[in-house]
Amino acid sequence: MKTAALVSGLVTEFKTSGRIVIVGASLAGLRAAEALRDEGFNGSLTIIGDEKHEPYDRPPLSKQVLKGWVKAEHTKLPRMRKVDAEWRLGVAATGLDRKTKQVRLANGNQVPYDRLLIATGTRARPWFNPKEAALEGVFTLRTSDDAGRLQAALAAKPGRVLIVGAGFIGSEMASVCRELGLAVTVAERAGAPLVGALGGVIGDIAAEMQRDHGVDLRTGVSVEALEGDVKGHVRRARLSDGTTLDVDVVVASLGSIRNTEWLEGAGLATGFWGVACDAGCRVFDLHGVVTDNIFVAGDIARAPHVLYEYQFLSLEHWDNAVLGGKVAAHNMVSLEADRRPHLPLPAFWSGQFGVNIKGVGVGPFGDEIVITQGSVKERRFAAAYGRRGRIVAAVTFNHGKWLEYYGALIERSAPFPPPAPGYDQAGDMKPVPARFPDPRTPTAFPDVVLTGHDPTERGAEYRPKKRGEVGETKRAA
Amino acid sequence: MRIVVDLNRCQGYAQCVPLAPTVLKLNGEEALMYDPNPDDSLRQQVLRAVASCPVQAIIVDRLEEEGEKA
Repeated sequence: MKTAALVSGLVTEFKTSGRIVIVGASLAGLRAAEALRDEGFNGSLTIIGDEKHEPYDRPPLSKQVLKGWVKAEHTKLPRMRKVDAEWRLGVAATGLDRKTKQVRLANGNQVPYDRLLIATGTRARPWFNPKEAALEGVFTLRTSDDAGRLQAALAAKPGRVLIVGAGFIGSEMASVCRELGLAVTVAERAGAPLVGALGGVIGDIAAEMQRDHGVDLRTGVSVEALEGDVKGHVRRARLSDGTTLDVDVVVASLGSIRNTEWLEGAGLATGFWGVACDAGCRVFDLHGVVTDNIFVAGDIARAPHVLYEYQFLSLEHWDNAVLGGKVAAHNMVSLEADRRPHLPLPAFWSGQFGVNIKGVGVGPFGDEIVITQGSVKERRFAAAYGRRGRIVAAVTFNHGKWLEYYGALIERSAPFPPPAPGYDQAGDMKPVPARFPDPRTPTAFPDVVLTGHDPTERGAEYRPKKRGEVGETKRAA
Repeated sequence: MRIVVDLNRCQGYAQCVPLAPTVLKLNGEEALMYDPNPDDSLRQQVLRAVASCPVQAIIVDRLEEEGEKA
């Protein structure tokens, strides 16, 4: 038999009777499962999720749900088709054995696979002091259970809410508190909200917006300790500037931690920044060699991006999960010539204080910014980010209809400052430093991370062996 | 029923809002808020709102009955 026919026969057989396991039952995992069936995969499909809930949408949790309009359990995702899968929900994956091709579960079960999709996403970074984190009234927000608990606490009309961390989610929660008429303090270590993702120029605008809406915004401070009453309920916070605050609810909004622990020891390129993969969602092993049967999608994936000098990008964005899941699924059941790249133009949105903030590209990749359209004063404007004379990102405040224009420029690596769109031009089109924090300085954790060129976080061991002797050990990377 | 709005795609035209006002709302000028799991009795309203979106940003479940049990 010719090789081509043999391989094509194997693919047909895999699509008929192969076993695919998806670890992670949220947006990326669900859309990948649906895409696998759309692609004609008729083998067995198992979906493993640590939460007991079927796949639900997370963006509404910090907005509609906290506000009390939508119940926490009412953000279930619409299904695009039947997936005919075996769902193993409420049980976490705890290990991966690549030799025997099995996923180990927390209940001791082993689930065998032929091909595996990793979509375990992230979790909220907990409050750093476990004793204080255990106090009644201290919350994080990532899951629908978290949102249900926090919503109940806000509905009980606390005297003051303290939000630690002014990234997108922290800022959205502050907005909801004000809409509910609650007194809220936001403590942010950086000089302004949103600086990690959007830089200091936009951060200053966001700060003004918060203060105009009655948020007690404290920047350049950290929260050093939380104190409880005799019943173990949080009542007081101590800040690094020596002040104390009386608070009844504290939300730690300190960014996320990628759920890679279960992959430890599996020999894959996993670590702090997630699971490294090629632009086709195929996971790299510890040496940076691409694997054949393990794929990754969603928040946890980091892949080289052609628009950003092939640096590895982690994108905690909604459509990165949707599109990445679909590309991973396609490539899991396709031969090399049919594989597709997952090269999204990063895009995100955030609703806060009645303003729709939208962005495309990777702001922190740039170092300059120019307000191109509209009026900052009216909080209705567009701005572009540049690096070395080319446009790399754009952000709009209540000006989302223009985002596509900038997106097209970014995809073409158009010059920066970009050509004026000829409508609604801002007064002063002069680029200024965008004021992103030094990446080595800890701040609110951005939801897009450029992680350089190295697919492995840990150094890989490289031990060349010469004939007849024990090779000397070298460390690569 | 279940919906999700692709808010990257949504441009805030808000044509959907008057067609299903209890499901889709504007928060400010441009930010759309919605009920992801509205009551089934609203299905006709919601489907009209879906059809009215110039950028087709509202995604609705394609299963006839309540989603396949997970």
